[in-house]
Amino acid sequence: MNGAPVPAPAMGQGGRGAGNIHNRVLAALLIGGVGAAIGLAFLTVAPNRLVSGTGLALRELLGPAHAILGLPFAALVLAVFVRPSRAIHAAVVVSAALLLTGLVWLAGAEAARQSGTSPSLTRVSLGGGFWTVVLFIWLMAADALQRLGMSLAQRAVAHTAVLLPSFVLLGAGALDHLSLLKEYANRDDVFRAAGLRHLQIVAATLLPSLLIGVPMGVAAARSERLATPLFAVLNVIQTVPSIALFALLIAPLSSLAVVLPGWGIRGIGLLPAVIALTLYALLPIVHGTTSGLRQVPAAAVTAATGMGMTVRQVFWRVEVPLALPVLLSALRVTTVQIVGLAVVAALIGAGGFGALVFQGLASSALDLVMLGVLPVVALAIVADASLELLTAALRGPQP
Amino acid sequence: MIELQAVGKAFGAIQAVDGVSLTIEHGEFVVLIGPSGSGKSTLLKMINRLVEHDRGRILFKAEDIRSFRAEDIRRRMGYAIQSTGLFPHWSVARNIATVPELLGWPAARIAARVDELLALFGLDPQAYRGRYPHQLSGGQQQRVGVARALAADPEALLMDEPFGALDPITRRTLQDELARIHRASGKTIVLVTHDIDEALHLATRIVLLDHGRIVQAGAPRQLLAQPANDFVCDFVGRSDLGLKLLGLQIVAERMRAGEPADGAAIAATMNLRDALSLFVERHVECLPVADAQGRVVGALHFADLLARPA
Repeated sequence: MNGAPVPAPAMGQGGRGAGNIHNRVLAALLIGGVGAAIGLAFLTVAPNRLVSGTGLALRELLGPAHAILGLPFAALVLAVFVRPSRAIHAAVVVSAALLLTGLVWLAGAEAARQSGTSPSLTRVSLGGGFWTVVLFIWLMAADALQRLGMSLAQRAVAHTAVLLPSFVLLGAGALDHLSLLKEYANRDDVFRAAGLRHLQIVAATLLPSLLIGVPMGVAAARSERLATPLFAVLNVIQTVPSIALFALLIAPLSSLAVVLPGWGIRGIGLLPAVIALTLYALLPIVHGTTSGLRQVPAAAVTAATGMGMTVRQVFWRVEVPLALPVLLSALRVTTVQIVGLAVVAALIGAGGFGALVFQGLASSALDLVMLGVLPVVALAIVADASLELLTAALRGPQP
Repeated sequence: MIELQAVGKAFGAIQAVDGVSLTIEHGEFVVLIGPSGSGKSTLLKMINRLVEHDRGRILFKAEDIRSFRAEDIRRRMGYAIQSTGLFPHWSVARNIATVPELLGWPAARIAARVDELLALFGLDPQAYRGRYPHQLSGGQQQRVGVARALAADPEALLMDEPFGALDPITRRTLQDELARIHRASGKTIVLVTHDIDEALHLATRIVLLDHGRIVQAGAPRQLLAQPANDFVCDFVGRSDLGLKLLGLQIVAERMRAGEPADGAAIAATMNLRDALSLFVERHVECLPVADAQGRVVGALHFADLLARPA
C-alpha cells in the first residue's frame, strides 16, 4: 500500500479560479465595506438643524494625514489571501479594532473641523456610509472571533475589547462635535431619565410575565386540556399589533380610573404599557416553560419517583434544573423583544428611549431618533449576551 | 418478603393485572416474564406503588404497602429501569447518591458508599465519580443505574427490563455481574424482562404472565421440563428446549471426577450448553475439566450430556 504511487494533488478549480482567496467571508465583507465607503455619505454637514445637509464620502475626507488608516485596512486585505491560522484570525480582530477606532476618530475630528467657525449651529451627522462601514468592520471582527473557537464568555470579552477604544474616544470628548452628541448634550437629563424609565418598563414587564407565565407554563405542561386553549389565546394576543394593543387598553383603564380614583390608575402612561408588554411576553415565557418541562426525559422523572422522591422533590431537583436552559433562552428572546417593543410604549406616554425617537421623528431630527435607537440596540445586545452567558453557565456539563 | 394477594389493576376497560397471587421469599431472584401487554411491568410497578392496585392486597415484610407513605416504601426498594433514567445534570456520584441523600445520610458515608459501588461495578471511582451520564457508554450508564438502585442497601431490588437497550455482549456481562451481586448479597430481586434467556440465566424462579394472569411459576428447569400448557412451551421455545436445559447445568454436575483426558481443559463452572458446543467444535468425545485454579480434576464425556438429571 505504501509503495503505490501517490498522484500529485490536482489543483482545485476553486483554488486556481479564485486566485488564492482563503477567506471568502472576509473578502465579501471588505468588498461590501469599500462599496459603502465609496457609495454612501460618511458624514452629512448642514449649516443648521433646519436644513438638510450635504453628504461627504469617505474619500473626500481622507488626506495624507490619514495614511495610517491604510495599515489596518491593508492587513485585512492581506488576510483574505493568506492561509488561515489562529495568528491570522487574531490579526484580523486587532486590525478591525484599529480600523474601527480610526474611523470613529476620523468622524469626530472631521466633525470638529467642519463645525469650524459656528460650532453651535453647524450640524455634522454620521451618514449611512459610516454606520454601514462600522457594521461591516464589526462583522469582520465577529467572524474572526468565531473562527478562533473561543468560548462564549471569551468572545463577549473580546467584543467589548474591540469596541472599547471607540468608547474611550467618546468619553474623552473626541466626538463632541457630532450632532448626535450635541443632541445628547442638549438633553443630558432627558436622556438619563429616558434610560432609567426604559429599564423600568422592561423590568416591570418581565417580573409579572415570569410570575404569571411560569406557573401557567407548568400547568400547561401538566395538562394538555389546558395547554391547547391557553396557547390559542396567547397566540391571538401576539397577533394584535402593539400600537393597537396600547390603544385598546386606554379605554378600559380610563374607566377603571373613574371607578377606583384612589388607586393611581390611568389610561395612559406606565401601567397600560406594562400590561400590554406583559401580554406580549406571556407567550414566549409560557411556551418556554412548557416546552422546557416537556423535554425533560420521562425516564428521569420515572426513576426519580420510583426511587422515592416526593412530587416536590422531583419538580425542584429534576424537572426545574433540566427545564431551566429552555426557559432561560425563552426569557432571552422575550427580553430582547420587550426592550424593542418598549420604544413604541412612548406613544401612550410611558416614556423611555421611545420618547426621544418619536420627538425626533416629529421634528425630522434624525440624530435625535438615533439618540433614542442606539441605546435600545445596545441594551438589547447586552441583555441578549448576558442571558446567553447565564444560560451557558447553567447548562454546564450537559452536551 | 413481598406478598401479592389476588392483586388486580384495570386501565379503563383493559384488565392489565387480573387476580395475581404471588409470594416472593427473602433472597429470591424472581423474574416476571411474558409477551407485551401481559401486565408484567404493571405488576412490578404496583410493588413500589408507581401504579396503585385497585384490587387485592400487597404486603411488604407482612405489612400492607398502603400503610406506608409511597416515598418511604420506594426508598426501601431499589429501582432500576431500561433507559436508566440517570439525571443528566448530575454527576455519576450524585446520581448514585440519590436515595442516601433522600434518607439524609452524612456526606462522608455517602461518598464512601459511592466509591464502594463504583468499584463493585468495575468503574474506577477516581475516574468516574465526577463524570456526567452523557460521558459514559450505554453499558456504563446501566451499571451506574443499577449501582444507584443499590446505593442505600435496599431491602429489595426492582428492575424493569434493565438490560433491554444494551447490545448482547454488554447485556451478558451485566447479567453476570447482577448474578454475582445476587449471590454475594442475597438480596431479594424482582426483574421484568421479555427475554427468556435472560430469565433462565438469572432467575431462581420464573413467573410467566399472559393477559394479566400467572400462567406458570417455578424454577427455570421446571418451566422447561414440565411446561403447564402449550403457551409455556411456545414461550420458552420448542426447537432448542434441550439446549436450554443444558444451559441450566454446569460441567461439575456431570463430570467424571479424577478421570484423565487429552486436550485443553474446560472450566468446571462452564454450562453444559457451552460444553456441547465445544464437543462439536473440537470433534472430540471427551474433554478434560479443570477447577478454578486450573488443575485438571476430571473429564466430561459426550455421553454424560444425555444422562438424566439426578
